[in-house]
Order: sequence, then C-alpha cells, then structure tokens
Amino acid sequence: MYHDNDRSKIFTRRALMLAGGKAALVGTLAARMYYLQVVESDKYTMLAEDNRVSIRLLPPPRGLILDRNGIAMAINQHNYRVLVVPENTPTLTYTLDALSTIITLTEHDRARVAKETKRRRSFMPITVRENLSWEEVARIEVNAPDLPGVLIDVGQSRYYPLQSLGAHILGYVSAVSENDLTGDPLEELPGFRIGKGGVEKIYDMALRGRGGTSSMEVNAVGRVIRELERNEGEPGVDLALTLDMRLQEYAAQRLGDESAACVVMDIHTGEVLVMASTPSYDPNSFNRGLTADEWKDLSTNPRSPLQNKALSGTFAPGSTFKMLTAMAALEAGAMTPDQRVFCSGHMQLGNIKFHCWKKGGHGAMDLVGGLKNSCDVYFYEMARRVGYEKIAEVARRFGLGGFTGIDLPNERPGLIPDRAWKKKTLKQPWHPGETLINAIGQGYVLATPLQLATMTARIANGGLAVEPHVARDLIQDKSALPRPTPDWPSCGMAQKHIAWVRKGMFAVSNEPGGTAFRARIEQEGMWLSGKTGSAQVRRISMRERESGVKKNDELPWKERDHALFVAYAPEDNPRYSIAVVVEHGGGGSAVAAPIARDIMIEVQKRERARMAGQVGGNG
Amino acid sequence: MLRPTPRLGSHLNRTEMGWRDKIWQINWSLIAVLASIACVGFLTLYSAAQGSLEPWAVKSMVRFAMGVGIMITVAMVDLRFWMRHAYILYLVSALLLVAVDLRGTIGMGAQRWIDLGFIQIQPSEIMKIALILTLARYFHGATYQDVGRPLFLIPPLLMVLAPIGLVMKQPDLGTAMMLLMTAGAIFFMSGVRLWKFGILIAGGLGAIPVAWQFLHDYQKKRVIIFMNPDQDPLGAGYHITQSKIALGSGGIFGKGYMMGTQSRLNFLPEKQTDFIFTMFAEEWGLMGGLFLLALYSLLTAFGYAIAMRCRSQFGRLVALGMTTTFFLYFFINTAMVMGLVPVVGVPLPLISYGGTAMLSLMFGWGLVMSAYIHRDLPIGRRGAHDD
Repeated sequence: MYHDNDRSKIFTRRALMLAGGKAALVGTLAARMYYLQVVESDKYTMLAEDNRVSIRLLPPPRGLILDRNGIAMAINQHNYRVLVVPENTPTLTYTLDALSTIITLTEHDRARVAKETKRRRSFMPITVRENLSWEEVARIEVNAPDLPGVLIDVGQSRYYPLQSLGAHILGYVSAVSENDLTGDPLEELPGFRIGKGGVEKIYDMALRGRGGTSSMEVNAVGRVIRELERNEGEPGVDLALTLDMRLQEYAAQRLGDESAACVVMDIHTGEVLVMASTPSYDPNSFNRGLTADEWKDLSTNPRSPLQNKALSGTFAPGSTFKMLTAMAALEAGAMTPDQRVFCSGHMQLGNIKFHCWKKGGHGAMDLVGGLKNSCDVYFYEMARRVGYEKIAEVARRFGLGGFTGIDLPNERPGLIPDRAWKKKTLKQPWHPGETLINAIGQGYVLATPLQLATMTARIANGGLAVEPHVARDLIQDKSALPRPTPDWPSCGMAQKHIAWVRKGMFAVSNEPGGTAFRARIEQEGMWLSGKTGSAQVRRISMRERESGVKKNDELPWKERDHALFVAYAPEDNPRYSIAVVVEHGGGGSAVAAPIARDIMIEVQKRERARMAGQVGGNG
Repeated sequence: MLRPTPRLGSHLNRTEMGWRDKIWQINWSLIAVLASIACVGFLTLYSAAQGSLEPWAVKSMVRFAMGVGIMITVAMVDLRFWMRHAYILYLVSALLLVAVDLRGTIGMGAQRWIDLGFIQIQPSEIMKIALILTLARYFHGATYQDVGRPLFLIPPLLMVLAPIGLVMKQPDLGTAMMLLMTAGAIFFMSGVRLWKFGILIAGGLGAIPVAWQFLHDYQKKRVIIFMNPDQDPLGAGYHITQSKIALGSGGIFGKGYMMGTQSRLNFLPEKQTDFIFTMFAEEWGLMGGLFLLALYSLLTAFGYAIAMRCRSQFGRLVALGMTTTFFLYFFINTAMVMGLVPVVGVPLPLISYGGTAMLSLMFGWGLVMSAYIHRDLPIGRRGAHDD
C-alpha cells in the first residue's frame, strides 16, 4: 500500500498543477471575452450595423423645365417596367412564355433575362421590358394570377412634349458615363440619367435634386427583411426659362428648312425670348435610344441639326459689323458724321483694288448714308483713318470676340482678330488691306448670332453691356432665387455716337432706298431699325468680277453668301433686339430682313396682348 | 483531499454494492450542473431557430434525456468492469477507425462516420473514451519506479500515437489535438517526469514543419487565415470575422434573448453547432458568457474533486482524463469562436446541436460518476478487488 499513498500524493500535487493550468486558460478566455465585448465593443457594434443595414438611395424626381409662360418643355413620365422575381416563379421559361402571349418580348429580351437570372440572387427582380404602354400594363395586371413572380414597377423617364422645338436649349439626358462622375451618390443608381446638353446640363445639379435614403435591414445574402428608416429626398428645382415657346415656334416655322438661327432678347434684362436653330432634332429620340441610321443622318447632315447655331455657329458678320466701325471712328475722332466720302465703286490701297458691293459706286456718302446703303467704300475710308486696333477694341466692348456669358454650354467666342492673333496663329504680319476687309465684317472676323443680338441690344439700350441668359431665376446650389434688377456696366460709348449709328439703322429700315426698306414694319409703335449683312464665303476672282459677279441663286448652296440681319424695336422706345442668320441664304436684305421683321411683329404683338391682358386682369 | 460526507463514510467497503446502494450514491449535484448547461443549450437552440423548438431544441432535449439514461447506466456498472474491458474497447475503436479510413462515408470533406445501417457511429468519439480507459488501466498497475523507466513508457506512447495518426488521416485535426492533450494529461498525472515532457514538446515543435506537409490544403488555409483573418473577410476568414463581430457587438449585457441580429440575419455561420457560443454571447453579452464559463468551470471542478477523492489510480485517471477531455471541448470551442485558436470544428459540449458528441460526452460523465460511486473501491493491479 505504501506505493499507493505515494502515487496518491503525486496525483494530488499534479492535479493541482493541471487545475492551475486550466484556471489560467479559463482566465484567458474571460480576458478575451472582456476584450471583445467591452474594450472593442464599439468597433464591433459598428461593424455589425454595417453588416445588417443596407442603405438604398431613392432617386428624386427631376425638376421640370417650363417656358416663361409656364408651358412645359421637359417633364417626367412614368416609365412602366415589367419585372420578374425568379424565386417567386416556379418555371421562369414558362412564365416568360405566358408573358410573351400578352406583350411582345424579343429574343434579345429573353436572352438578357436568362443571363441576369444566372448572375443575380434569385430574390432580386430582373427587368424584362421597359416603356410599357398603359394598355400593356393593364393586360399584365389582368393576367396577374397566371404570372407568378411578375410585377410592374414605375420608374421615371424624361419627356420633351414640344419635341424638336427648343431642343437645343433644353439639351437632353442620358446615362452617366465615367467622365461625368462627380461623387453624387445618385450617379451610382442603375438607370439614373443626367443632363448632357443645354440647360439640362448647365442646371443639372439643381434639376437633379437631392436623393433620399431608405435604410433596409438585410440578411447575410442581401434579402431585405424590413425598412428601418426612410429619409425622403428633395425633388429637383423646377426651372423656368425666359424663352417664349409660342414665339420660338413661330420663329422656327419662319426659318423653315433653312440652316439658320435666330435670337431675340430683351435689351434691358438680357432675357432671351427666342433662340431658334434650324434644322432641329427630337431630344426624345436620345432617351429612347437612336438607331445607327438615325444617328448617321443627324451627325452627317450638312445643315448640322445637332448644333445650336445660335451660339455655336460662327459666321462672318458682314455689314452688320459696320456700326462698330462707325462708332470706333466717331469715338477716335477720325471722322465726323457729316464728313462725306466719295464712293466710285472701289477704293485703291497700294496696288490692290477694294470693291464696293455696288458696281457703279454710291457717290458722296455721309455716316447715315453709308449705313443706309451699306456702302463699303465709306467704311473702308473710315477704317483706313481710324486704324484696325480701335475697331477691334470697340467690337470687343460690344460683345464680340468673347463669350457672352449665357447660361448654356458649348458657346463659341467667335473671333475679333488683331495683329498679335495673326502673328501667333498664322505667323504672318498684318496687311493694311486686312484692316479694310475686317472693318466690313469680312476676312477673319467671326461672330455667333447670339453675339450679334447682344451687340444690337447694347446699341439699342444706349451702350449698356447687357448679357443674355435663359433661366428666369438665379440658380444657386439647389434653389432658385429671383434675379436682382440688372445693373449693367457701360460699354463706355458716348450717347451721341450711339445716336448717330441708330439714326443710320433707322434709315436702313425706314427710308426709301435703305437696304431693308422693303422689310420695314409699318404698324405704328412697332417700327424697327436694323442693318443688313451679306457675308461672302468665297473669293471673287478678277476675271469673275470683269465678266459679272455671279448671282447667289446661280451658285451651289455651300458657296452662297450668308444672309444676316440685326435689328431692334420699337424704334422710339427700344425693348427687343434680334439677330437672324441664314447660312448660305443669299442676301441679308432679301432673305434675313423679312424673317426678322415678321418675328419682331409677332414679338411686339405678344407683348401688347400681354400688357392688355394684365391691364384687363387688374381692372 | 476531500473529506467524505459522514453518511457515505459509514460505507467504507464498497466491494460488493447492490444497484440500490449505488443509486443512493449518485452525485445529483453533478447531474444538476450538467442539466443547467444543457438547458442553456436548449434556450440557445430555441433562439437559433428564431423562437421555435423545431428543428433543434426538441431533438437536443431528447438526446440529453437519453444521455442521462446512458450516464446512469454506465455509472451503475462496476468500475472494474470498465478496467477489465479497457484494452478490448481500445482495440475495437482502433479497428473501427481503420474501417472508417477504408470504407467510411464522406461527411464535411472528411471521413468520420461509419454507417452500421441502424446507426451512424463516429469511431473517433469512441476512441476518446477508449484511450482514456486504456491508458488509465496501463498506468493503474504502474509504480512510481515503473513510470520512471523510459521503456515502460513506450507501449502507452504507441497506444496514443496510433489512433492520433488514424484520426489525422480522416482528417480531423480537432480530435487529434484533443486525444494528444488528454493523453498528455494522463501521462502527467501518472507521474511521468517533467523533463520527459520537455523533450516530447521540443520534439513535437520540431516535427511541426514535417506535419505541415501532411495537412490538407483547407487545414493549412484555416491556420493561415487564423493568423490573419482580416486578409480574407469574405472568404475563409469570414467565419472568424463574423463571429468576432457578433460577439463584440453583444457588449456587456448583450442584445437580449432572441434579439441577436448577426445570428438571426445569418451573418453568423453554423450558429446551431460550432458557433453557438457566439450566438449565446451576442444575446447575453459578457455576463452571459462569463456565467456559462463559470458553469463549465464548476463542472471541471467537480471532476477534479471526484478524481482526487478516488481511492484507485484507475478511477482517478479515468475521472481526470474525462474531465480534461470535457475541458478541452469547451476551451477549444470558445477559444476558436473568439479567434484565439484556429477553427478546428470542435463543438461546444452539451450545447451544440449534434447527437454523437452529446451521447459520448454523457457516456464519459457516466464513467466519472462510476468513479465517484466506486470511489472507495480498492482495485488490485490486475483488476482484482485487493492486492
């Protein structure tokens, strides 16, 4: 028995040692538990919430776009989609077969559904078809008992009810591309559209609104268990434009099939009432998706329907530039308004002959006569005396050769060339002859119709540097504030010089013999003063000049002159300015001026009707 | 040394006890602690099924009831019977392990089950008990001098290494570790010199690179992921990461019974089996976790008390060996779900859903109980009642 006691002692001693070891291990477990559940608890609580809560974005409705009278230009339409939840349908192919007897499903649709079914979890709905008609929705709803797992979902899609009217100003919306990402979480939403042109692009952020969020409790495989919290977003701001779509419609009709542009603006506020560019396109087709043929037609059409010619088209302003040359000469004191220049049909500078458009010449011309007859020789002489740099300076002060600052994308600055520019881009010195050519709006000078309307507005409002805009309100961040009363800086031109130029423009449209006399407005109080322009787009050779310059209708379209006309009205108390440019239209007086006249009559009629309506309404 | 209670002390000679005497000897406190732990399990399984007795809680209750029956039956059997049949049981277990390797069915990527038609048995579970019995018998007859002789230690060492090799081959790393550590505890308790353990541990560490070669890819992955679970939060490290998140987010007082979001939303894998402790600790917090730890420790203490009170070396070694196995179950499982040791697939004893483990553990506690009932029974070197 002795050894048994011995063993018992060893056993007891070692049992205590082993128990001590186990106690230490239990202590480790307790310490670890304390570390995880107390020390690190916050971290794990957060991670657990991350696991559990999935936040989904709720897209806000995009702001509407309205014209100045509240006519809807861009709205949101319900886009009915049919979805299928594979988990809830016993046999997907059978359900799709049943569905295809009710609505048309292409092979492509079916293949896509089959593909997505494999890729996604079975409780996630898959879009079968979009843009269902109301009738198709009704048919699906009626047959719902036979279509397990099929459901209808309503999304929003942009619709432009006026179709091609005002398309260039509106722009369009389309899917977000890699380059458009700004960090707005909405951009991550499948099917989210952003503005890609026009005001849709410029005011995209305000139109978008702020996305709401919905916190969902999800399980480990992502199935939604319940909604924990919902935070409604803010719908996009409704955008009111300064455009009058009824005038716009009239202008577009009047421009017809020509490749042309027309801008009408308020000379005091800078509000653009009409900005038409023809031909146009239907922005809805972009949303719907263009076919390859449609896209080819649009993008290769020589009359470039996709371009907003009112601000992206640059044209030689031709004789509409002559007011600027005149004001430069008067301001520099190079000539007085009464001083006469004799036009013999051309002017000799060095050994080059510079021709007037009138072969026999105009005889003795003063400022008013020079503008009224658009006598080139008179302005050659002015330019020769004042020098080109002064003309360029005045042109810039009146809004040419730079951005007008309009709230639309893709504006082009045009060009007021000078010595430095020519040296830099063409690596050539300035020739004295180029002074004469550019002074009558030919040569390198380029301007957009919007710039010409702005220039005319600045002349008509007494030399204030008005800037055009299309949004009625001032959009800041995501809210619309009323615009403050405009306080435009001066262009720095003396009133008397402007008065002389306006006298000349009056003569153009209202005195017999004026280049636009035939396109005058006879209604009392609506008289318009303007200036014609015909910008040559080809060089007239010496031989052609001897044998007789070809008439425009004898030439191919691409070689015809651009027809231009700028004007303001009413003459006694100017309110509106207009610029019409008909690309390769022929002569300004024959083509552009009558269009401008008709539009200006319509503008003023609408104005009178509105005033009468207001008076009546108030009375 | 525990003093026997006066009433029990009056029956010192227990060589020939009737079954009526034995029933009076049953340690009901031990059964109460076991039942408390099992009840924690039922509650947690009820919560894991989102407030339903089906499919786990009811079955677990039935199994526990069966387990208590097995335990009492085993406890009634004379301790000398278990000693006499220790080697045979060991041999049968070893043969079953070989059979599993030869024609076992595949379960969870490992060969662990043998299907006898009417019941599926897991030979490695039987081996856990058989090895303890066999080593206890071997060391029962050994004097302190015997244990000091190296040659004397070679047969038991082979008895340990053979089943470990077979279990590793299945492969079942968790069971192999438990067999090794339980055997180590028995060697230690038998009085094997400490420096010999030093040599063995050094040798074992040296063999790690060799053993690494024999590990399966998924086992290697588990070990690597254990070292750095954040490396692969959605892949193989998912279990550990999610388990820590669920546990940690429970905080001090837990999220409340049946309110554990992580387990309820299935972020927690295997919540009714290996990761049930995580679910329990998410809902009951640190307090619940410590309470359960205390229950397990109390049970371990009972085992130690019984072992030290036992008169025969065989009874002492069996009680301590079983207690150690049980301790390793809960230590490895809780350490695993807390990211302290690699995920090796060891269930939480008496709580995790699963039949074999429950029944074999109760069988083991039956042996401990038997050692308690026969604590004053002197057993001779060859299993006779006296030397």
